[in-house]
Amino acid sequence: MAPKDLGLDNKTIKYIIKPMLTDIEKKVVASLQGNIPVCQRPFLVLAKGIGISEEKYLDIVARLNEKGIIRRFGATLKHQKSGFKANAMVAWKVDDARAKAVGEIMASFQEVTHCYRRDPAPTWPYNLYTMVHGADEATCHAIAEKIAKAAEVDKDDYTLLFSRKELKKTSMQYFD
Amino acid sequence: MDSTDRKIINRIQTHFPIDPRPYRKIGRELNLTEDEVILRVKTLKENGIIRRIGGNFGPYKLGFFSTLCAASVPEDKIDLFTETVNAYTGVTHNYMREHRYNIWFTFIAASREIIEQNLETIARDTGVNDILNLPATDLFKISANFKV
Repeated sequence: MAPKDLGLDNKTIKYIIKPMLTDIEKKVVASLQGNIPVCQRPFLVLAKGIGISEEKYLDIVARLNEKGIIRRFGATLKHQKSGFKANAMVAWKVDDARAKAVGEIMASFQEVTHCYRRDPAPTWPYNLYTMVHGADEATCHAIAEKIAKAAEVDKDDYTLLFSRKELKKTSMQYFD
Repeated sequence: MDSTDRKIINRIQTHFPIDPRPYRKIGRELNLTEDEVILRVKTLKENGIIRRIGGNFGPYKLGFFSTLCAASVPEDKIDLFTETVNAYTGVTHNYMREHRYNIWFTFIAASREIIEQNLETIARDTGVNDILNLPATDLFKISANFKV
């Protein structure tokens, strides 16, 4: 079924690249999305787990990596323990015509880890989103102010949503 | 955590070596033995500084659909709503935030329709009807690197 038949708009379709993963590639993806073992030959352990050679396993990983199917391969830190105690999602209201340019300005800030554009909803006028990380909440406010100035966004046109409680945080388990 | 730990962390947050002996490769780059790198990484994991080491996948490139949802949940329904939403494996992140829209979660599924159906089911099961579905239309940045 084509993305259009699924009722997706063009902006969304742009992000859908129909995957042509083989069954063995799916198994490799599934094996990499957990915690890979810390030992001399971790890929040998993972390869054995899905019944292929280490060499073939590494070939597949390299290919998935080159194709950008692996978005990032490496260690994920626990933020609270590495000095970034506060995080805020900042929602921004920007003229549609400027949204793309502003999104790129915002993304250029080192303190911004995620930057997305999303369509607004009737009860929710914001169309750009950034995750900012700082040592404390005041720092997050200061970062948002700095971004607002650079992106020429009025202070009434953005809001900081501080996380008060982590209710769930996992990695998606694909092809399980 | 000392400066050697920091060097290792900064080295392995992205581009973990795709190599039969990844820790030996890192060790050669940082002038450490393979055993020392392995020992330090194990300790960093045990101490909870490293949450995990593995691959991170973008849902779209695997053919999945992803969205951000926000719900306005009354105080007395927060537990029920959280439990209901968190039961979906596609809900990977869920945070309580300070706003009228107080519960924010990411939702990944095989299609947009499945997500819409699930949100309808969640609304029916919890009586929470004010749920925003905000799929991304542009992605400017996604990274989780912190120089330590």
